[in-house]
Amino acid sequence: MMNRKALDLWVGVFVAIGLGALLFLALKVGNLASFSAAETYLVKANFDNIGGLKKRAPVKSAGVVVGRVEDIVFDTENYEAMVAFSIEKRYEFPKDTSAKILTAGLLGEQYIGLAAGGDTAKLKGGDKLKITQSAVVLENLISQFLFNKAADGGKETK
Amino acid sequence: MSGLNGVLERLGGRATSSIHRLGFASRFLLLTLRNSGMCFRRFSLVIREIYFAGVLSLIIILVSGLFVGMVLGLQGYDTLVRYGSSSALGVLVALSLVRELGPVVAGLLFASRAGSAITAEIGLMKATEQLAAMEMMAVDPIARVIAPRFWAGVISMPLLAAMFSGMGVFGGYLVGVQLIGVDAGSFWSQMQDSVDFSEDILNGVIKSVVFGIAVTWIAVFEGYDAPPTAEGVSGATTRTVVTSSLSILALDFMLTAFMFRGA
Repeated sequence: MMNRKALDLWVGVFVAIGLGALLFLALKVGNLASFSAAETYLVKANFDNIGGLKKRAPVKSAGVVVGRVEDIVFDTENYEAMVAFSIEKRYEFPKDTSAKILTAGLLGEQYIGLAAGGDTAKLKGGDKLKITQSAVVLENLISQFLFNKAADGGKETK
Repeated sequence: MSGLNGVLERLGGRATSSIHRLGFASRFLLLTLRNSGMCFRRFSLVIREIYFAGVLSLIIILVSGLFVGMVLGLQGYDTLVRYGSSSALGVLVALSLVRELGPVVAGLLFASRAGSAITAEIGLMKATEQLAAMEMMAVDPIARVIAPRFWAGVISMPLLAAMFSGMGVFGGYLVGVQLIGVDAGSFWSQMQDSVDFSEDILNGVIKSVVFGIAVTWIAVFEGYDAPPTAEGVSGATTRTVVTSSLSILALDFMLTAFMFRGA
């Protein structure tokens, strides 16, 4: 039978490796490190169509992640989607900043891209962005393309 | 006609006896929980069992984790490269390990490595009347023998699952980045982008805790309930591995349905 000291040592090593693995998962594999507890402010924006935007999708400006999508609801007053997203406090944006829903790559996930305007007043928590651009819906693009083709084809045969 | 009656009789008998066993098992779990006060006051009892259940399972968990991760790296690369998205290899390896394979495979290994040992030990203690002797000495065998093993399993299982996932990610990194040559930067950064701490990692930990409870519960119960004969103990050990493996897979489906409903 192993003595108490050796037993404690081995169990200690075991628990340490286990906790180390959890820490590795949290910091290196997961996004706990980048998910900073930085203070944020909430901004809203209405979109005609959000496409496949999801909660927790990144909000980027010039390609840098500045926040996350917090909530998406359907606004029954004007039948638009209302997206609330948080931006880290250290990033300030002009009041006339515009928001677009963009896609990472051809089939990648969708995110909100912010383009700063020229206003001197800054965005505050609870503000609503006025200039927005909806997600590109592939089906609409294709049907537009087909309509154009058909129109062109009609001209050529004349 | 009498043949049909016999079949029905046996069928009914088996159904009632398995319901009896389920009831006894639930009562046994409650009894174990109620009597676990002592093993937290004398924590050295639990530490000894963590050594047997956890530390001795370390090698098999780490080696299997490494190989499962390496296989995921190879197979994942083979599929992803057809769509020109081999940089998502890290995401594939990490998500499949952290969400599913880590808890499930570690649980299956734990059931066959540690669960069977727990059942055999308790069954033999019962067969050699050590449990009865304890009762004679006014030592509650549930508090002294069952509860420490139960809690040791519940504590060890999440740690083992985390080690399995960590080792698997490392194996995927070895094959994907070092062997095949996927870009290390995109491997790690895409992984960190899409693996969420509370959504993926914490849910994986919750799964492994549930599996730990299920496996050790089944193991200690089968040991305690084993007929005190050589065949009885061997049958109980087999049942532990079969029942706990099946319950891990069934529970995994249920937990996955709850946790990742495409949200």
